[in-house]
Amino acid sequence: MALSVREYRARIKSTESMKKITRAMELIAASRIIKAQNRAQAAAPYARELTRAVSAVATYSNVDHPLTREPEDPKRAAVLIVTSDRGLAGAYSSSVLKEAERLAEKLRGEGKEISTYLCGRKAEAYYRFRARPVVQSWTGFSDQPSYDVARDIGKSLIEAFLAEEGNEAVDEVHVVYTRFRSMLVQEPTAVRLLPLEVVEGEEKPSSDEVLPLYEFEPSAEHVLDGLLPQYVQSRIFFALLQAAASELAARQKAMKSATDNADELIKKYTRIANQARQAGITQEISEIVGGVNALADAQAGSE
Amino acid sequence: MAQSTTERGDQLQVELVAADRTVWSGQATMVIARTTEGDVGVLRNHAPLLSLLVPGVVEISAVDGEDQVAAVDGGFLSVANNRVSILSEHAVLSHEIDVEQARADLESAEGDSESEDAEERVKRAEARIRAAEKAS
Repeated sequence: MALSVREYRARIKSTESMKKITRAMELIAASRIIKAQNRAQAAAPYARELTRAVSAVATYSNVDHPLTREPEDPKRAAVLIVTSDRGLAGAYSSSVLKEAERLAEKLRGEGKEISTYLCGRKAEAYYRFRARPVVQSWTGFSDQPSYDVARDIGKSLIEAFLAEEGNEAVDEVHVVYTRFRSMLVQEPTAVRLLPLEVVEGEEKPSSDEVLPLYEFEPSAEHVLDGLLPQYVQSRIFFALLQAAASELAARQKAMKSATDNADELIKKYTRIANQARQAGITQEISEIVGGVNALADAQAGSE
Repeated sequence: MAQSTTERGDQLQVELVAADRTVWSGQATMVIARTTEGDVGVLRNHAPLLSLLVPGVVEISAVDGEDQVAAVDGGFLSVANNRVSILSEHAVLSHEIDVEQARADLESAEGDSESEDAEERVKRAEARIRAAEKAS
């Protein structure tokens, strides 16, 4: 027995208080995740209507907009990485960062330089520790993103994409975030945001629903000018919402296993402490018995 | 029942959607909004239209209940098959508007002529105040 009973008791106590903390975090994550899902649902109508409108314009006018134009010789790519602000969510942030590394590797293989944009303190810390350059970063909202943040991010990315010259100018924009599949499965995904591919499979009108012949006011180009940036921002908002839900799900999972582990540890320590206590008692008894025997022997000898 | 409401003569299905929620949705007889080209009123059987909005007031004459007045900060309006969707990043109904807050925003935006979005903020605050006044 390496340690005394008292020391084991102290360990049990500290494990118990840790368990209380992880249990509380698990419950908080569980309640927030429902809110996060509701937020994602509430944002869906906007994204749907926007996609409809964009595909309507794209169908009835010859789209040639700077945001949809494929650059001939892409040299520089921007990558937006969406991670969490806080840890204790298992491998959530590190798996996004790994996916981002993979994408960066691939882009470099295609001969593109990379400008990095970050979301979340975890990504910031990762890049600062490695002393890598970061163009811009946003923090402080990872578990409940607001649309204003998405608009900010969208503005910066669009500006960088539309810029012709200079260090900031990029030819394409990628986003790496965690897609929320279910409570158990969240997968890091990388998608190309710009240049936009307007005709996307998700909202294709079915054959019997022909898109009406729209009148555009003031003109198709102006409408597109107004729509596309909003479309980009709404896509970023969608990514942020998905990332928030994933973060909470990952945290809940991590905290649940932490609580389970604490339970195991407490059990183990209780057993060892009991053993140590028993060993102490046995030793005391054998000392007493030994002492009595020695006394008896000594008295018998003197008589 | 749903069938009969859609077939009644003079109605539009209206959805007023902000980026993070559906602000109002329901049946209406008329929608008035301010586009970049001027005010536009939409009745039933309006031609399909896609138009950009400027920060301003949107009025919806609802079939059931009160008329709705909302403030929007840009966005766009789309009309097709008697469905009207009004999309705006921030849209608020008149009864949700905090007039005091809007006035304070207006003052601070007018005072601060340096920042580039001041003009935009002025327009937004004015739209909110107008919407609140129109409803009362």
